[in-house]
Amino acid sequence: MKPRPFDYARPDTAEEAMALLAEYGDDARILAGGQSLIPMLNLRLIDAALLIDISRVAELDAIRDLGGKIEIGAAVTQNKAMAWPKLAEKLPLLAAALPFVGHFQTRNKGTVCGSIAHADPSSEIPLALAVLGGEIVLRSKQRGERVVAADAFQKDMLTTARAADELIAAVRFPVTAGQGAAFREVARRHGDFAIVAVAATADRGNAVRLGVGGMAGRPLVRAINGDAKAAVAAWADELEGYEDLHATAALRRDLFRNLSPLVIEEAKGVKV
Amino acid sequence: MRRVNKNERVRISLTLNGRKLAAEAEPRTLLSDFLRQGLGATGTHVGCEHGICGACTVLIDGVATRSCLTLAVQAEGREVTTVESLAAADGTLNALQAAFRANHALQCGFCTPGILMSFTDFLARNPKPTSEEIRDVLSGHLCRCTGYAGIVKAVEEVAGRGAT
Repeated sequence: MKPRPFDYARPDTAEEAMALLAEYGDDARILAGGQSLIPMLNLRLIDAALLIDISRVAELDAIRDLGGKIEIGAAVTQNKAMAWPKLAEKLPLLAAALPFVGHFQTRNKGTVCGSIAHADPSSEIPLALAVLGGEIVLRSKQRGERVVAADAFQKDMLTTARAADELIAAVRFPVTAGQGAAFREVARRHGDFAIVAVAATADRGNAVRLGVGGMAGRPLVRAINGDAKAAVAAWADELEGYEDLHATAALRRDLFRNLSPLVIEEAKGVKV
Repeated sequence: MRRVNKNERVRISLTLNGRKLAAEAEPRTLLSDFLRQGLGATGTHVGCEHGICGACTVLIDGVATRSCLTLAVQAEGREVTTVESLAAADGTLNALQAAFRANHALQCGFCTPGILMSFTDFLARNPKPTSEEIRDVLSGHLCRCTGYAGIVKAVEEVAGRGAT
């Protein structure tokens, strides 16, 4: 339960972090909050030649209101995002999802971008980002900046479109002020990874975007029109789900079928 | 930029419970092990070592953190606060500790240091929490004696008095 040896670097700027990534590539890992990375190192599930600790890079520790989008930097912790005064107004879905992310104690260190980088198929922040159609800001020393849509970023379980020399500098969530949003999940224990998580937004015309985590290698999102129950039931029949220690694929489909109508109604502002 | 090579032992300085201390560590040394073995502060307990059980929770710059998910080198220059800081020098328990004792909020006591540190941070931010909020914070800890009801009662009692 102790990690294998690695080199450690604590850059002061994003430039320095990118230079190290350019040099080490896949052999380096970015350490931000460490709430997913360090357990994996401790359990020796992964190895790293170098950890690049960006937790003290001030330029990455900022939440910026870009007008139509909110940009959350790579060093911003989940609790810092939760405490951002405009969160509930500008990003109601993220506000609804964050209390399900780990625990108070892990949110103190765990970062918003770290959860997206880790790309666990049942984690909450990537699901919220997918439903909102957000984007990821990637920066590298050689190629500069590129912005990737959430849908193109998370490819599969723990697999993303990030190139080995790229730093996830920030994530951008589209502002959905005035829209309804709801998030629910079923987990063994509050704060654990979800067995199934369901998120929805509903605009004033009641156009619904529904997303589900824990059913595939990545969050799945669809527009739901008309009879929500029927649409969800039909979608559930298409999904294979997967079986693990916590639930069978059939249970996952049942949870999805039953949680989704509640989440949709809640997003529409109907008391459920 | 701070750089340390693997297997290199470097001197890590930090403030522990108000005292400036230093000891040697490798980059891979966890803060939990550094506190216990490097600095001799064995009040912090080590359970699962992957962030689930919460026994090793300490404050870093006042913020409750899993010390098993923090490298010692990451705490360099920071203020670390552990369970040893809570009681007075003569052993008088602080209000939170006294409430734990009065409400049978500890049995074997293994998980207690981490829980005390979590609520030290949480009550400083939110001195009048609801029972639901207390339970939510407690969900970040495992008590294998299952003494959760007493722990919730103890925190409620302290919060009711508004003193920690």
